[in-house]
Amino acid sequence: MTNFTVYIIPVIIALFIAAGLIKKVPVFDSFIDGAKSGIPTIISILPTLIGLITAVEMFKASGALDMLTAALLPVTDFLGLPAEAVPMALLRPISGSGSIALLNNILGNCGPDSFAGRTASVLCGASETTFYTISVYCGAVGIKKTRHILAASLISDAASAFFSALAVRLFFS
Amino acid sequence: MLNVIWAVIMIISVVCGIITGRISEVSYAAINGGKAAVELCISLLGSICFWSGIMKITEKCGLTALIGKLCRPLIALLFPGLKANSSAASAITMNISANLLGLGDAATPLGIEAMKCLQEINNDKSTVSNYMVTFIVMNTASIQLLPTTIAAIRAEHGAASPMDILPAVLLSSACSLIVGLLAAAIGNIRYIRKHCHGALKQPI
Repeated sequence: MTNFTVYIIPVIIALFIAAGLIKKVPVFDSFIDGAKSGIPTIISILPTLIGLITAVEMFKASGALDMLTAALLPVTDFLGLPAEAVPMALLRPISGSGSIALLNNILGNCGPDSFAGRTASVLCGASETTFYTISVYCGAVGIKKTRHILAASLISDAASAFFSALAVRLFFS
Repeated sequence: MLNVIWAVIMIISVVCGIITGRISEVSYAAINGGKAAVELCISLLGSICFWSGIMKITEKCGLTALIGKLCRPLIALLFPGLKANSSAASAITMNISANLLGLGDAATPLGIEAMKCLQEINNDKSTVSNYMVTFIVMNTASIQLLPTTIAAIRAEHGAASPMDILPAVLLSSACSLIVGLLAAAIGNIRYIRKHCHGALKQPI
């Protein structure tokens, strides 16, 4: 399965370029044209990321994340989430790179094939960086009134935590 | 919304840091957080530009239109009333296909493009439209078919079979996506009702 997955990205790239050649598209010129548009995208995202990543780093450093994890223990117990995976449920909606670092940490402490390790992996794969997505997409068109987007997304994230623990129980016990 | 959340996170961090005596760590994080963001952006720059380039090729050779055609029933269901051949619909379908393929870095510029198209047909430019709510909620739930990065980290830690979590990831993704879309739809229906009510009342 692992061997199979390493083929996916290179094969997709080759297929796309082959499709371009068949349709007689100037592939390299098109590539350069598209790649240029990536630069302003990154620059427009940078200020948002500086604000959010700094906030998350400060939140972690102050010990507030640990306290929040402890305070939420009754809720997460109810959702069936193992204690070691709780920080993942909290950090996943806030920071993509942060949750990758955290997954590394949890797998190192609990082992990749433990219940907590598997739940953290599934949770990390089954949800997205909610706050980043909302701020980037709304920021791109200059909208500040987001109505119920955050509420609906956070409901979805809570569901993701619940279903991740449930799915791991279902498939591995 | 983010204005409030960001302020609360920052202030709690400082207050909490003072109480727990970890204020020097907080200070360090405040000074170095921006650096981490810049480093992340630089490391993302290459892959974002690369995938934007590849996606330009797929767009020029008509592959985008093909995927769009395949996604049409789904778009009609999630975005009732949105014209299938509009630029908004095609940007949304490309964003969905990039997300499914796990091209997160390609999905973001396509998503921004979709937001710009949706903003053009938005009546109130300062507030998100129902289409935008559905679209963003869909993007905050992961619809990636293959969690390759996570499998790589699991392999690094010596997992017996790093991809064995795939069925669980797909089940959890699908269920949480459905919950998110339902929550978005309920909010959207309430918004329409409130709006229609107001519109009816005004002439009287």
